[in-house]
Amino acid sequence: MSTSQNPLAATLAPVATPARDGVMLRILIVLGGFVAIAAVPIAFASSYQLFQLTLAATYAIAILGLNIVTGFNGQISLGHGAFYAVGAYTTAILMTHFDVPYWATLPIAAAICGVIGFGIGFPALRLGGLYLALTTFAVAVAVPQILKYKGVEDWTGGVQGTFLVKPDAPEFTGLDNDQYLYLFVLVIAALLFLMAANLLHSRIGRAMRSIRDNPIAAEAMGMDIARIKTRTFALSAAITGLAGALSAIAVEFVAPDSFSVELSINLFVGMVVGGVGSIVGPIFGGLFVVFVPNLAESIARAAPGVIYGVILILFLYLLPQGFAGFPRRIGALLRQRSQG
Amino acid sequence: MIHRRAMLGASAALLAAPRLARAVTVGVTATELKIGNFMPYSGPASAYGVIGRGDAAFFKMMNDQGGVGGRQINYISYDDGYSPPRSVEQTRRLVEQDRVAFLYHTLGTPSNSAIVRYVNQRRVPHLFLATGADKWGNYQDTPWTIGWQPSYRTEAQIYAKHMLEQKPNAKVALLHQNDDFGKDYLIGVKDVLGSRFDSMVTVATYEVTDPTIDSQIVSLRGTGADVLVTAATPKFAAQTIRKVHDIGWQPMHFLSNVSISVAAVMRPAGAERGVGIITSAYQKDVTDPAWADDPHFREWRAFMTKYLPDGDQTDSGYVTAYNCSTTLMHVLRQCDGDFSRENIMRQVANLQNIEIPLLLPGIKVNTSPTNFHPIRQMQLQKWSGEHWERFGDVIEGANV
Amino acid sequence: MQGLAHQLVAGIATGGIYASVALALVMIYQSTHHLNFAQGEMATFSTYIALTLINVGLPYWIAFVLTILISFAMGVFIERVMLKPMHNASVLANVGVFIGLLLVFRNAMGWIFDYTIKAFPSPFESDHPLLGGLISGHELGSTAVTLGVLGIVYVFFRFTKLGLAMRAAAFNASSSRLVGIRVGWMLALGWGLAAAIGAIAGMMIAPVVFLEPNMMLGILLYAFAGALLGGIDNPGGAVIGGFAVGIIENLGGAYLVGTELKLTLALGIIICVLLVKPSGLFGRVVQSRV
Repeated sequence: MSTSQNPLAATLAPVATPARDGVMLRILIVLGGFVAIAAVPIAFASSYQLFQLTLAATYAIAILGLNIVTGFNGQISLGHGAFYAVGAYTTAILMTHFDVPYWATLPIAAAICGVIGFGIGFPALRLGGLYLALTTFAVAVAVPQILKYKGVEDWTGGVQGTFLVKPDAPEFTGLDNDQYLYLFVLVIAALLFLMAANLLHSRIGRAMRSIRDNPIAAEAMGMDIARIKTRTFALSAAITGLAGALSAIAVEFVAPDSFSVELSINLFVGMVVGGVGSIVGPIFGGLFVVFVPNLAESIARAAPGVIYGVILILFLYLLPQGFAGFPRRIGALLRQRSQG
Repeated sequence: MIHRRAMLGASAALLAAPRLARAVTVGVTATELKIGNFMPYSGPASAYGVIGRGDAAFFKMMNDQGGVGGRQINYISYDDGYSPPRSVEQTRRLVEQDRVAFLYHTLGTPSNSAIVRYVNQRRVPHLFLATGADKWGNYQDTPWTIGWQPSYRTEAQIYAKHMLEQKPNAKVALLHQNDDFGKDYLIGVKDVLGSRFDSMVTVATYEVTDPTIDSQIVSLRGTGADVLVTAATPKFAAQTIRKVHDIGWQPMHFLSNVSISVAAVMRPAGAERGVGIITSAYQKDVTDPAWADDPHFREWRAFMTKYLPDGDQTDSGYVTAYNCSTTLMHVLRQCDGDFSRENIMRQVANLQNIEIPLLLPGIKVNTSPTNFHPIRQMQLQKWSGEHWERFGDVIEGANV
Repeated sequence: MQGLAHQLVAGIATGGIYASVALALVMIYQSTHHLNFAQGEMATFSTYIALTLINVGLPYWIAFVLTILISFAMGVFIERVMLKPMHNASVLANVGVFIGLLLVFRNAMGWIFDYTIKAFPSPFESDHPLLGGLISGHELGSTAVTLGVLGIVYVFFRFTKLGLAMRAAAFNASSSRLVGIRVGWMLALGWGLAAAIGAIAGMMIAPVVFLEPNMMLGILLYAFAGALLGGIDNPGGAVIGGFAVGIIENLGGAYLVGTELKLTLALGIIICVLLVKPSGLFGRVVQSRV
């Protein structure tokens, strides 16, 4: 990787390849962590808190999708709320009009968003940088208007929106619906994060990042930039769409007003605050998007948005690697101190 | 694995058990009655936040006067920023975490749409919503939800009736915002015109992201219409008033009563441009000199001075809060100490000819198990260039 | 036919609005090679400043000039304080700062000035609509102001040393430094000018659409479309593009796609231009350096 001028890229300081037994240990830690994250809230949290955590998990997935295309591949999208909306509406329409079971709608939602993402990936190739950011921003603003369009009203429910039915927990689990949904979303999130981690540490992942950091060198080394970029866009869209589908199931309602430009901005803020180009960053991002507005409300009732914006800017200056970079940053400071 | 599953199951059962035991009178203790609410305190719709502040101040006054049924009212109000997913979140917080007895005066059509099924499944009373969508009167499908103010549809029916009286062969132009609010007017006009709708009416819509509505006004004028019905929020209402005047169009102009604020619509649009515009009212207008010596308004001003010293006394949001909360107090007193959710709904559906101090004279609150539209009457009023002048009798919407 | 003429004139009038914002966008692109997503919010904020000045009793034109000066200072300040640390940062970090500015400005305005609409005075208000109601005095006057600003911008960039230096700084920072141009200050100057032009645009738009914190949200996208259509590096092209978008939007909304999809139409224009002719109708084609 060339010396990058990108401070956000620094997140990706090459991770030392761990020894074989280290891998086993890691897997155990991850598994143990997952069981703890799953079991503790289910045992102790109220159904409202579980609902919040479920939402945080869906946002984390959505931000993971955004981070793959923006953080790892350098294609800035300010319009990922659109994919989130398409995923949510796909699930809502399939469940209410075709009686498709909730779990079966997820792959369909992901596939549809993936195809759309692939389609958008081509013009995005030619745009790049600022223009892509601008175009996707325009998409984000136009989403509610498109969802309200009369021609598709019979399917989307128009301005009124559509209700869907939350799945009942299967009998054998012994969980109530909120606990079950939390577990369900969490398992999917875990799978997606593992998949993303694997992908990004693979050859393709390295190719994605090298295209972000130095496209000319990447091309000179024989990489098919167009192919990788469009596929990354498709994957990113599919993951964010899946998150939208899960959110529709959790909230049990979709309406155009749920997918305003604020949603896309929230995903972007969540990505920056969590950690651009970090695998675990989106988890912090998801928690941030759900819990900080309530916190901000208690600090400044009139203008939580101001606090939101200030936090975003502060992170870009002080902690460009987001929450995910926090431990490393502290580690670096300590090392400096012990050396100096 | 089996062990863990069993453990989870057991813990779930443990958590569920106490909930069931207390389910009879949720939100009510010997000394307290908990009421839940959400409002857009932040974001573009935050001007409506005054209604929440007005409600809170009103309940404070009630508590100072001894509360209701021997209990103090604990009014909990959260910000939902006018975003439906957040409304769902805040509703679950109120119902599941704060365990309120019922929801009251929650604001916004999209916000309430998002939660209406949840509260009806949970059988949580969802009372006197601060939105005029007609669907809140649907006592069959959503028996735990009831509106309060006259619905937009009723309002549009009243305009259409008046229009037919004055101009039986009118050619009508209808401009509406492309959402729930705007479409209710379309439905209301259709209710009255019936099969004649298609031949009489031309419809144009706008989006809240549109910078101007000039193009729509020009198109509508081009149809040769002599009546204009405008179902628009304040910004676009003001634009409409000005554009209609500036292009020299002089239709009989009906304007949604959402956008009749003197300070926020009529003066910005240019007071003289709106002369002759017809709208409707059901509450007394704070700025109308006719009510300067009204004893009820004197009480209201005393209330404002004591409990909301910073509140703007020309803001009609505080009047709405005062009226709606007074209606709620009638319900709570009628409950006679039994604040179970079932009894609250029974009493809500049993209001007979209640007079509310700051509603227009002659307008009464009525509900029954088959009528979930508490206020169905309005009076027409016309813009004189300085203020709204009421005319004619109190009119009731069509029965459809 | 009369309907068509009316739509056309209405389109030109709204087009003038887009043209003035498009000009501010081009300004900042010319001098920094960035597109400021918070441009609309900053312009709205300037307009609130103007209204505050007018409300304390200043005559319109004095408030007008003061607002331009204050906005200029605000632009320079933001560049020096908030963006200077970002000069070597990625595009993504810059976009992040723009989004942060957008959030702060929009919500702070709602907080300070509340969300109800405010009437904003126009210096060109005429009692009688001109040309049989086709166009108002304000529409005529504001179009003249936009063209005037365009003329000044053109002369500035074409015929002054400072304008040349600014263009050079944006085009190639390191070479410019070598010939003695203070690149940092050129960027700050660009921000200041863009904020000043934005303030003028805001003051010309507010009398038409009424002043409220979200005044520019929709407008900004149409202006983007106009700027891209005309060529993002060409002030004259951007103005023509802005007018064109206004006309396309009005005629398209009235006769083609219906009023429900006007914004989508603007989106379509953006995508089409970027795909078919990224340099716009009047822009220079720049080969990317390898």
